[in-house]
Amino acid sequence: MLDLIKLRRQHGYQAIPDIKNAKILSTHRGYPVIDESKCTGPCSDCENVCPTNAIKVNPLSIDLGKCIFCGECERACQTGAIKFTNEYKLGSTGRDNLIITSGELFVDYEKEAIESRKEIHKIFGRSLKLRQVSAGGCNGCEMELAACGNVNFDMGRFGIDFVASPRHADGIVITGPITKNMAPALMDAYKSVNSPKIVIAVGACTISGGVFEESDVLNRSFLNEIKIDLYIPGCPPHPLTIINAILDFI
Amino acid sequence: MSWIEIKNLQSVALHDIPRLKVEVLRDQLIEKIRSGKRLVQFFGDKDNGDVVLYAIAADDNSSKLFIASTKFTSQKEYQSITPEIPSAHLFEREFFEQYKIKPEGHPWLKPLRKGIAGVDSSEIPYEFFSMKGEEVHEVGVGPIHAGIIEPGHFRFSCHGEKIYHLEIKLGFQHRGVEYLFVKNNARPLYLQKLSESIAGDTVIGHSGTFARAIESLSNTSIPRRAKLIRTIALELERMAIHLGDLSALSNDVGYLTGNSVFGALRTRIINTTMAICGNRFGRSLIIPGGVNFDISPELGEKISSTVNQVNDETALAAEVLFSSASVLERFEKTGVVDKATAIEIGMVGPSARASGVALDIRSDHPFGAYEFFPVHKLTLDSGDVFARSYIRFIEIQQSVKIINDQLGNFTEGETNKPVQPLEPNRLVVSLVEGWRGEIAHVIITGNDNKIKRIKIKDPSFHNWFAVSLSVRDEGISDFPLCNKSFNLSYSGFDL
Repeated sequence: MLDLIKLRRQHGYQAIPDIKNAKILSTHRGYPVIDESKCTGPCSDCENVCPTNAIKVNPLSIDLGKCIFCGECERACQTGAIKFTNEYKLGSTGRDNLIITSGELFVDYEKEAIESRKEIHKIFGRSLKLRQVSAGGCNGCEMELAACGNVNFDMGRFGIDFVASPRHADGIVITGPITKNMAPALMDAYKSVNSPKIVIAVGACTISGGVFEESDVLNRSFLNEIKIDLYIPGCPPHPLTIINAILDFI
Repeated sequence: MSWIEIKNLQSVALHDIPRLKVEVLRDQLIEKIRSGKRLVQFFGDKDNGDVVLYAIAADDNSSKLFIASTKFTSQKEYQSITPEIPSAHLFEREFFEQYKIKPEGHPWLKPLRKGIAGVDSSEIPYEFFSMKGEEVHEVGVGPIHAGIIEPGHFRFSCHGEKIYHLEIKLGFQHRGVEYLFVKNNARPLYLQKLSESIAGDTVIGHSGTFARAIESLSNTSIPRRAKLIRTIALELERMAIHLGDLSALSNDVGYLTGNSVFGALRTRIINTTMAICGNRFGRSLIIPGGVNFDISPELGEKISSTVNQVNDETALAAEVLFSSASVLERFEKTGVVDKATAIEIGMVGPSARASGVALDIRSDHPFGAYEFFPVHKLTLDSGDVFARSYIRFIEIQQSVKIINDQLGNFTEGETNKPVQPLEPNRLVVSLVEGWRGEIAHVIITGNDNKIKRIKIKDPSFHNWFAVSLSVRDEGISDFPLCNKSFNLSYSGFDL
């Protein structure tokens, strides 16, 4: 019993008080800033090293929907034209917003990336229950989604929870590149959620296929039929990225 | 003709690998396993229209690996090994599924990753066992599970609350990983990133296994400092997952203090990994030739003080957890896998060690820095949920010691070296003790100095069947607890 009290004291209060302004380590690779004026050469080194073809040159751009935030482009660039900052609020309601071009600063991205709509706020603003479907996810995004509910991030305090049944959910959260073998189950889960419902795509794999884009055993037809309401890029996205994106959206 | 003998990470020319008749290979493999060796890999490769089958057995006592092969030209079947060697059952099913060569007499020759209902009618459908009789019933769970976890289908055959058998059908996560490794074999950096996504909870484990295989095939000897950093990262990964597992195990028995406390401790460890390389799971840390990120003296001190503090706090939390009667009542004698069964089905990792099998690749087939820092093998005997939980606790303590050893032995120097092209027509076996157990990557290079075939084995490949066996005769309500005590990978199995 004494040990239990000691343990409780040792544990203390772990939750991050202000999740919207939480500090993150400087090493974290978040929003990339591109300064094309520093790009001097026709080398295309950044484009060549990028494992997911997220980078295009002339003009230089990074697609956050494909980017796995490995930082190889930053290392490859001799002139420092690409720099990853530790800004973690990367969520976006539009796929096009995720393409970052030269000179696009984080403050501007943050303002425009998520369009919060009145009707969404009205319906889901105070309570949002989500059903997670891993459709080929490697367990990276899944673990970060699970971490959103732990004592540190405690997403439940905002009325956002993951539930066991799609019947209890207001939307689904997809992870993974959507394998052929999971495609029917994903559609079933989506159909089981009552309208109005939202769809959130988490991680580079769901948004673009990520490192699995060229696989021959994916079936991404779900995305042709169903509109994604919120994109949360990353590989995997940090819990702060996930929670802030959802909070800004609702 | 005897099998060729190599060591972990020692590559061998393809023409030096003995080519036996399939009957001879079968007999000799059975004899080897019966005399205490362990089946590590068993896989096929296309060779000018023919299929070559490679078998790799490990002698863990002498740190040796034995390889032999056989060739199928027109022959489309052979006599199954599984009836003699149960640990071969999934390997043979995989070989059959990939190359259509039938192991005659295999007791459960079902599809492994294919055959899921409603997906592709051209595949052989997977048929579940069914149980008939009064008061018996079946419970199907999945592919989508209640929590935020990966998909798989579990079919329970029950009598009342009691589980007779659990059949596990995986394959939902199949992403064509091995295919992508070969398809994109001209892009080494892509391959390294792909290896990080084989199983996203074992980033350091799989990416290190792959990088070491590439280094062996290109005769690159990496700087000592890089080896130490990789080892620190691997042990941090082990600590983080074990802490997360203790948290989840506490949750599964309704012990919420443990759930919160171990969960918070895990966060501190994965944040330490992020302090090294900018990602909580260690992505981007390892590249062939070394590591992308150095550990400065200040960071080294921070890592040391964090792991020591986490160690002290874990000790108290574990003391409370493992002395709680309500926890012990659920943990003890639940989901038992005995030692003989564990050896027979080829279990690996902490789950095997919890059943008394002294197998740890860090000690048995040392790689990287473990060559100069021997690891003492830890085992427990009871093989129940308690043992699989407690071994995680003592392995956390061991990891802390290993991390401090590495930090105390840092030498100045580079953190990576350029990698030369791969040597053609060679095979290498790369074994690593990940947090789940033995990760085995086998790479075969072609004439063009590139990867021609890669066979990846996550430890889950061996251990899923142990989950099935552990729940026999248990109540169905104990399944989540038993499953969590193994914490196996779906994506690592499905590839």
